[in-house]
Amino acid sequence: MTDVSLERVPLPVGSIGRRATGWWAMLFIVATEAAIFAYLLFSYYFFAIQPHSAPWPPGGPPEMKLALPNTIVLLASSGVVWWGEQGIRRGRSRRLALALLIAFVLGAIFVGVQFLEWSHKTFSFSSGVFGSLYFTITGFHMAHVAVGLVVLLVMALWSALGCFNAVRHAAISTGTLYWHFVDVVWLAVFFTFYITPRIG
Amino acid sequence: MLSVALTLLVAATAPALADAPMSYLTGYGPRAHPVTALTWGLLAISVAVMVIMTVLVVLAVLRRGRPRIVVDADGRLPVDHPAGGVNWIVIGIAATSIALLGSLIWTMAVLARVAAPPTEAGLTLEVTGHQWWWQVRYTDAEKPSRVFVTANEIHIPVNTPVRIRLRSDDVIHSFWVPALGGKMDVIPGQTNETWIEADKPGSYPGRCAEYCGVQHANMAFSVIAQSEDDFQRWWDHELAAPPSPANDIVASGQRLFQVRCGACHAIRGTGAGGIYGPDLSHLMDRDALAAGALPNTPAHLAGWVADPQGSKPGNQMPYLALPGPELGKIGAYLQTLD
Amino acid sequence: MSLAEYQRVPTIAAHDYESSFARKLERMWETRPGLIGWLGTVDHKEIGIRYIVTAFVFLILGGIEALIMRVQLAQPNEHVLTPEQYDQLFTTHGMTMIFLYSMPVLSGFSNYLWPLILGSRDMAMPRLNALSYWVYLCSGIFMYAGFVVGAGPNAGWFNYPPYSSATFNPGFNIDIYALGMVLFGISTTVGGINFMVTALRARAPGMSINRLPILIWGTLTASAGNLLAVPSVSLAFLMLWMDRRLGTHFFDAASEGQPLLWQHLFWIFGHPWVYAIVLPAMGMVSDGLPVFCRRPLVGYSAVALATVITMVIGFGVWVHHMFATGLPNLGLSFFSAASLVIVIPSAVSVFAWTATIWTGRVVFTSAFMFYASFIVLFVIGGVSGFMTASVPVDWQLTDTYFGVAHLHYVLIGINVFPVVGALYFWFPKMTGRMLSERLGRWNFWTMFIGFNLAFFPMHIVGLLGMPRRIYTYPTDYGWNTNNMIISIGAFLFAIGVALLIANIAISLRRGRVAGPNPWDAPTLEWATPSPPPPYNFVVIPTVASRHPLWEDRLNESTCESSIRTGAELDNDKEAIAVTALDAEPDVILKMPHDTVLPFLLSLCLTALFVGMAALTWWLVVAALVAGAVIAVAWLWPRAALGQTAETA
Ligand code: HEA
Ligand code: HEA
Ligand code: HEC
Ligand code: CUA
Ligand SMILES: [Cu+2]
Repeated sequence: MTDVSLERVPLPVGSIGRRATGWWAMLFIVATEAAIFAYLLFSYYFFAIQPHSAPWPPGGPPEMKLALPNTIVLLASSGVVWWGEQGIRRGRSRRLALALLIAFVLGAIFVGVQFLEWSHKTFSFSSGVFGSLYFTITGFHMAHVAVGLVVLLVMALWSALGCFNAVRHAAISTGTLYWHFVDVVWLAVFFTFYITPRIG
Repeated sequence: MLSVALTLLVAATAPALADAPMSYLTGYGPRAHPVTALTWGLLAISVAVMVIMTVLVVLAVLRRGRPRIVVDADGRLPVDHPAGGVNWIVIGIAATSIALLGSLIWTMAVLARVAAPPTEAGLTLEVTGHQWWWQVRYTDAEKPSRVFVTANEIHIPVNTPVRIRLRSDDVIHSFWVPALGGKMDVIPGQTNETWIEADKPGSYPGRCAEYCGVQHANMAFSVIAQSEDDFQRWWDHELAAPPSPANDIVASGQRLFQVRCGACHAIRGTGAGGIYGPDLSHLMDRDALAAGALPNTPAHLAGWVADPQGSKPGNQMPYLALPGPELGKIGAYLQTLD
Repeated sequence: MSLAEYQRVPTIAAHDYESSFARKLERMWETRPGLIGWLGTVDHKEIGIRYIVTAFVFLILGGIEALIMRVQLAQPNEHVLTPEQYDQLFTTHGMTMIFLYSMPVLSGFSNYLWPLILGSRDMAMPRLNALSYWVYLCSGIFMYAGFVVGAGPNAGWFNYPPYSSATFNPGFNIDIYALGMVLFGISTTVGGINFMVTALRARAPGMSINRLPILIWGTLTASAGNLLAVPSVSLAFLMLWMDRRLGTHFFDAASEGQPLLWQHLFWIFGHPWVYAIVLPAMGMVSDGLPVFCRRPLVGYSAVALATVITMVIGFGVWVHHMFATGLPNLGLSFFSAASLVIVIPSAVSVFAWTATIWTGRVVFTSAFMFYASFIVLFVIGGVSGFMTASVPVDWQLTDTYFGVAHLHYVLIGINVFPVVGALYFWFPKMTGRMLSERLGRWNFWTMFIGFNLAFFPMHIVGLLGMPRRIYTYPTDYGWNTNNMIISIGAFLFAIGVALLIANIAISLRRGRVAGPNPWDAPTLEWATPSPPPPYNFVVIPTVASRHPLWEDRLNESTCESSIRTGAELDNDKEAIAVTALDAEPDVILKMPHDTVLPFLLSLCLTALFVGMAALTWWLVVAALVAGAVIAVAWLWPRAALGQTAETA
């Protein structure tokens, strides 16, 4: 006799929500990705606290005009995705597909605005340390958004194809976890580049 | 038995200590003494831990205290779960913690003692690391006329703390004179400071200790501690201009030097003012050439000028392909730089 | 799958490994013959052995590099190597040993052993497992690509800028190392994720966390550490590459960059990493040693806890590699204290092992001798670390051969010796044959004597002031005799390694047949035939104690593990997942079949990095697109894996 038994209750079979190995894997992917961003921001602060010969950031704290609305757009996309996921939990495949598409569009807007913002900068990738940091860190985040956009699109396709129902949508739970991470980590980046120069 | 072997090994190599000038098991001066003592102290703890643990493991393996193993009826070996093992951990950790705490306190005490010289530094030197030699600038806040530059050989007065400001011209190096104290890295973009003080006249070898490229192995220097008087005499002598050429060979050697070598090397009081290579004023007073790569003898000097890449491959002084007669004249000129 | 198959109570039955049921499982789980099967296998045992073999190839390569260095250093003023050759050799040696050997060899053992020890049929994510191996192999080849054409990395394994920057090191030597390390980091990360998920999910029911063998704790801790530490070094290498080729200024002091930032990023990774490459090996000793002492490990909980704590503190000591960089003394004191504190968890394990031998009854085998000697080597390597942990002393010891002695005692002492011991211990499981014990004794004594002869005198030359990374040294510093002894010892050690290889080669064909449990060991892997069938366990066992196969003799628990009888799970490839802590059955997993997608994805990744190294942007884009296509195909929801909506 042992202290666990296999005979009591029927077990689900296959990938289901938080029981899916993929979901667990995504949890650790998020952990290690969060570490990357932590080290990126560590590098930023490492420089920020050194004495500077030129103004830091060059040209004063960056403008919020584009970045703030853009941040809201990105957060909104997270909300939409959440709404879609709530939908599929009740079996609404179409609502999910719609939500994913809207989130995709919001994400694409974010990318577009971010490019616009980049083009306004007076410094560049190679003009100095600040430029290197700014473009590397926001670029890293953009790369994650780009991956996220592909993920959203593919998930939208799958839900339009009717792959999922109320119980089986582990791919959605997993993919949306990633998208939420991309959004949340932007807040840390945003805080670092746009807020800290104003308070420090 | 292992520890016996190791102890023998140590014993066999201990005499080597006497003629190991780079060893830091003997230290000189207030910067080195506390560190040397701490090093010996931690070494003693380490050897003790090593011997005790080795003996315990060997005894545990060879011990006959417990009943021998008898294979049981179905061919399996017996297994049991004797008590008492956990006491080992408890006692061991208690002893370890005491040793660690002691070491920590001692460490902090030494750190505090060597952080700054006991008295105000009497002299400040600016040492710049180059691939693969050392530039040394003697400063004097009161009399700017006494400031001068030399290379690879640092003279200091005994019983005077000397502050050393470290800068790098290229990559990371590390300034290290084992007998006088520990290392301090020389890092581009920042100025690190350290200090040394010798309590006995003598020559203390030093080396670059951070890997800095192909000739990291030949980036030595020496610190020569002298009595205050000798030191001042040496300084005055360094400031003196070289003698004017005694004969034609030397004169044309000097002219050739100006043309061929002056772009990189400086000799105070002449037209040669290059800063890319070591300052060669009073070169003949130095014991070694090219950061310790060669002893400073006429033959080695001639060989170096003729083919610097032969004895220190990869160093920054190029092979100049000078014709023999020119070499002779330059050599003769260099010999007069004392 | 039909609706009915989406939920079921597993059938409980008893089967043996000769039954027709076993043959049915065998057909389901076995790797198909042929090249496609070889490239596509997801069997953890196959992948584990590939890892071990590849890592040993790198050990031999790195070892040969070291032997060449030792010829150059045997006497003063030698001219066997040019300075540039020497620099490439020691850097490549360090890179090979630290990255391409130490971690992968342990991943190999863990890959092979985990599912067997955990009572599972495979790792949680078999395809990811295959991916991590292929990427490792590709990154190893990638990193050697420069060396074989004479442009190997030459700035030391920790590669400090500015010497590693384009200004001072313009060739592509460093580019290859930098990008190769990022690629290698992907492999480690993917592998780490797989270990984490496996440990939390893919265990036998009943194997709650207080019953996990220490090897599991070791690899689990190492994986968690890697997931948090590897990003740091990958990022540092990427930034360095951008500095070199794309014009950024992170480390370039001439434009206000910070050479010290590199050192922080590198060692924030580096120190956790050195524990990651020993904790699983220490785990193998913690599990193997007690078998030969005929008793359970002393202080299981203390050792498991010490394993985790070592890693936690290990994240707070990195500055001890930077004591001489001129940081403020207050900061140095903190890191000095932390480095002393970290001795305590190591000491816990050392005392636990010694007590296990002392209170146990020793069965002399080669595996035991490697394990027992490891304790002594660990102590020697540990106390030299203890000395360097003291700031003022380290100002003298750092960058001398004393440090080289430290790193070899810990790396060879706590990685190579346990690994060889583990080979003697688990080789019978892997191959079905025993390694020769007689050759084993020769093997042990040559390695042990050779090792101490080679590396103990390094402490002494270190104390006599010999700096590391010098291609030659003058005659008059008192270093000559010791260096000669070191070189002789190095060759003796190499002969020991050669004896091991000879033993393997001979025993593979002529070794004594092992049977399922030749050492009468307590853990689940010994309940399977040797070598185990592709599906590992004919039925899923249920575990009731830490020592399932010793239960009848230890009387530790009132419950009894069930190994012969268990869940069948034969509806195509299936395994069970449990809850993370208590190991209650949670879900029946559908396991993927063999696939070449991981192999193809690793080729795409390699192409990506080749494109970056060559600054060939079309290749980069092509590789990214191809990689994305493969990833989507891989992740496409499959009915057979229970990932899609039920069809009625
Ligand atoms: C393989 C893994 C490994 C392990 C386990 C360790 C373990 C330790 N290391 Fe080591 N270390 C390396 C790998 C490792 N190291 C490498 C590769 C380098 C060089 C990198 C390079 O420069 O190339 C290095 C370098 C290194 C340095 C920098 C040296 C320098 O460059 O100046 C320091 C400094 O503090 C250090 C400290 C320690 C300490 C305190 C431990 C402790 O964890 C050790 C604890 C264990 C014991 C002490 C033994 C058991 C304890 C007892 C029996 C109790 C009694 C003991 C006492 C009272 C002391 N290590
Ligand atoms: C796991 C890690 C590991 C291992 C196993 C080794 C193994 C060895 N190491 Fe290494 N070493 C490092 C990690 C390791 N090293 C690191 C990280 C550095 C720092 C690098 C740096 O500074 O950047 C270093 C640096 C280093 C130096 C210092 C270089 C310098 O600073 O100038 C030296 C010098 O003696 C050295 C020597 C050796 C020797 C003699 C061995 C011997 O143990 C090797 C024994 C030989 C073998 C294992 C090969 C056996 C081969 C055969 C038997 C042939 C069989 C053939 C066929 C089957 C075809 N190593
Ligand atoms: C391109 C620059 C350059 C030129 C030209 C050059 N040198 Fe040098 N020289 C160097 C550098 C750099 C070093 C330091 C080499 C080292 O130790 O790594 C050096 C070192 C020396 C040394 C050893 C100095 C010491 O402090 O030990 C001597 C002597 C010397 N050069 C003489 C000459 C002579 C004579 C000539 C002309 C015939 C010459 N050099 C031309 C760059 C140059
Ligand atoms: Cu300069 Cu090493
Ligand atoms: Cu460390």
